[in-house]
Amino acid sequence: MADTTAALLTTADGKPLKAALVRAQSRARRRALLLVLPLLLFILVSFVLPIGELLKQSVENDYFTANMPRTVQWFQTHPAGTPPDEAAFAAVALDLKDGYTARTAPLAGTRVNYDMPGTRSLFTSTARKAAQMQPPYKDALLAADPKWGDPMLWATMRRVAPAISDDFYLAALDRTRDVNGNIVQVSQDQRIYIMLFLRTFGLAAAITFICFLMGYPVAHLLATLPLRKSNLLMILVLLPFWTSLLVRTTAWIVLLQREGVVNDVLVWLGIIDNQHRLAMMYNQTGTIIAMTHILLPFMILPLYSVMRPIPPSYARAARSLGATSWTTFRRIYFPQTLPGIGAGSLLVFILAVGYYITPALVGGASGQLISNLIAFHLQNSLNWSLGAALAALLLVAVILLYWLYDRLVGIDKLKLG
Amino acid sequence: MKKAIYLSTALTALAVAAHAQTTINVVSWGGAYGKSQVEAYDKPFTAKTGIEVNMIDADNPATPLKAQVEAGNVTTDVADVEMSDAIRYCDEGLIVPIDPKDLPPAPDGTPAAQDFLPGALPGCAVASIVFSTVYGYDTTKFKDNPPTTIADFFDTKKYPGKRGLRKGAKVNLEIALMADGVPAADVYKVLGTPEGVDRAFKKLDAIKKDVVWWEAGAQPPQLLADGEVAMTTAYNGRLFNAQVADKKPFKIVWDGQVMEWDLFVIPKGAPHMKEAMEYVKFATSTEQLAEQAKWIAYGPARKSSGPLVGKFMDGVTEMKPNMPTNPDNMKNSTTVDSAFWADHGTELEQRFNSWLAAN
Repeated sequence: MADTTAALLTTADGKPLKAALVRAQSRARRRALLLVLPLLLFILVSFVLPIGELLKQSVENDYFTANMPRTVQWFQTHPAGTPPDEAAFAAVALDLKDGYTARTAPLAGTRVNYDMPGTRSLFTSTARKAAQMQPPYKDALLAADPKWGDPMLWATMRRVAPAISDDFYLAALDRTRDVNGNIVQVSQDQRIYIMLFLRTFGLAAAITFICFLMGYPVAHLLATLPLRKSNLLMILVLLPFWTSLLVRTTAWIVLLQREGVVNDVLVWLGIIDNQHRLAMMYNQTGTIIAMTHILLPFMILPLYSVMRPIPPSYARAARSLGATSWTTFRRIYFPQTLPGIGAGSLLVFILAVGYYITPALVGGASGQLISNLIAFHLQNSLNWSLGAALAALLLVAVILLYWLYDRLVGIDKLKLG
Repeated sequence: MKKAIYLSTALTALAVAAHAQTTINVVSWGGAYGKSQVEAYDKPFTAKTGIEVNMIDADNPATPLKAQVEAGNVTTDVADVEMSDAIRYCDEGLIVPIDPKDLPPAPDGTPAAQDFLPGALPGCAVASIVFSTVYGYDTTKFKDNPPTTIADFFDTKKYPGKRGLRKGAKVNLEIALMADGVPAADVYKVLGTPEGVDRAFKKLDAIKKDVVWWEAGAQPPQLLADGEVAMTTAYNGRLFNAQVADKKPFKIVWDGQVMEWDLFVIPKGAPHMKEAMEYVKFATSTEQLAEQAKWIAYGPARKSSGPLVGKFMDGVTEMKPNMPTNPDNMKNSTTVDSAFWADHGTELEQRFNSWLAAN
């Protein structure tokens, strides 16, 4: 019935109303899409693609695969556990011969060296000699370097032969594979990443909690003061927010270092003596202080925006019905600010987990976070695959946390302002 | 009026274009060292050839170079890198080969291949200077009983105070072994064994809680000047400049110094390959290398530059006693074994990071 009525309705120029409406709506949708298109493209190019590339790097490394084709072929046709025969040695020798002319042998060596230290020069030096090698290649290679007879070397080469592997994720979790392919922990003195992940999350949680303790009263004050005064205070909150990150971090160094302002004042006041100045910089304390200061506005602002619209009449009603001020806070006011606490904590925690510059400058040895090791692998060791695997694990942990938050609190309750 | 605007726009565009054609990007280490290169190489080079030189500072110029070549977007024309990186990049084909025959001979006609010190021409790179990691201390803190040996650096009982060390395994492990009594010549033999590595880390353990770690070469003189540390390892040229140019009360201890080369390399696909080559040839000529010694206390890589080395730019300080290559300073010294670090760097740096992070 409704359908027939609609079909009868027409616009002024005689077209069916339904079709005209659909057309007008799709035009509006197209226009809306055009408006968001620049941002969409920007995000795609500057965010999604690089992260995709990074994730690819963490599982794919073709240094060995691309440069040792015959050896890879041999591994594919011979099951794991086959002792290397003459054909295998010939494949290695010929690959190295090609690798020497194309200058790619060191790349293959670099890849093996990630998993088995001390082998990079084995590849470069053998490649140099490979041009003169004659069959039988097994004897020739063993004559060049007896390391070629090491079963661990062959197991490692087999493992790195496929371009795609979970090796870098294992390394990022302080694990490796032994000669039989079982996953084992790396030796005690090489373990670092799990400890650093735990430290990063621990420090981030501590910083979030301190930010909450310090930010909550400030936000409450801002929300309850008359607008004129609270605006002035708000500027004080925002002012450091507008100052360069580096300036703020360096300012903390000036204040907190051994010969810094705070120590000087304490010595001058006679609270500590000159020989026992406090170590507040280049350690975890320094990292926590500086990062708390830098991340505080991210806690205060969402809290403020949630507290501002809470009508004071609720608290007054509770008091008039006989609640103590503590009960009023606990049962009436605090629950209403939960969305702000959730948003602020999530923001601060996620920012803290990935923080790099501040711990790099003030962290010393004990205040280093996982991000510093990611930077180390991207900039110094140039093991981009391992850096990417570490970054990916961090990303997964944050997404997991977000999911957990959604399940426990509900993301629709999040209020940023 | 309109015409004038068009004309000036066109002229500006032309000027910019002409400028862009003849500017090469040189990536180096900045600070006092970068300044010495600007004064000794860049300014005379521009005066002679008209090619502008744009110096770019990096904590380690080798890092952006690899990223640029692998991404196929090379903006660097010349980079100043350490030996281990030069060898590695040469092996991997990231930098172009440089034939010693193309380099200018010494003033007396000795070909470049013979004029450069042994090991200064590893195939794809041309060494400009020898620098060394030494340690320096604040003389006001140790007046009566100044430290004289590398072992003293690790003795916090006799010489109390914080220590500065570069954050990394390279050089620190060598120093630790020498301080533990390993003869300089045997350092890499010992470091090649697991026991030797344990021994080096054990020595570092002794001062671990007193160490302030630095990363950029400009940091240690600053740490020393601020009184944050009582002694620190540093590149000898940086300490020299703080001593002489900034008149700081610092003293260098040469015992246990670890020398390294700095080399010029040209990345594959450099946008101004020809001009870059011109620059490298010019900068590593006998006169220019000697000229650089006027600005910083690093030893020139050419034998023929040695006799030309005179006084610091202040006109008073003799440079020769301040060079790492001065025989008096080399009594107990070693040179970084780049092949060793190419092989064991991954494992040792990992262990170092793990050691550092553990409390």
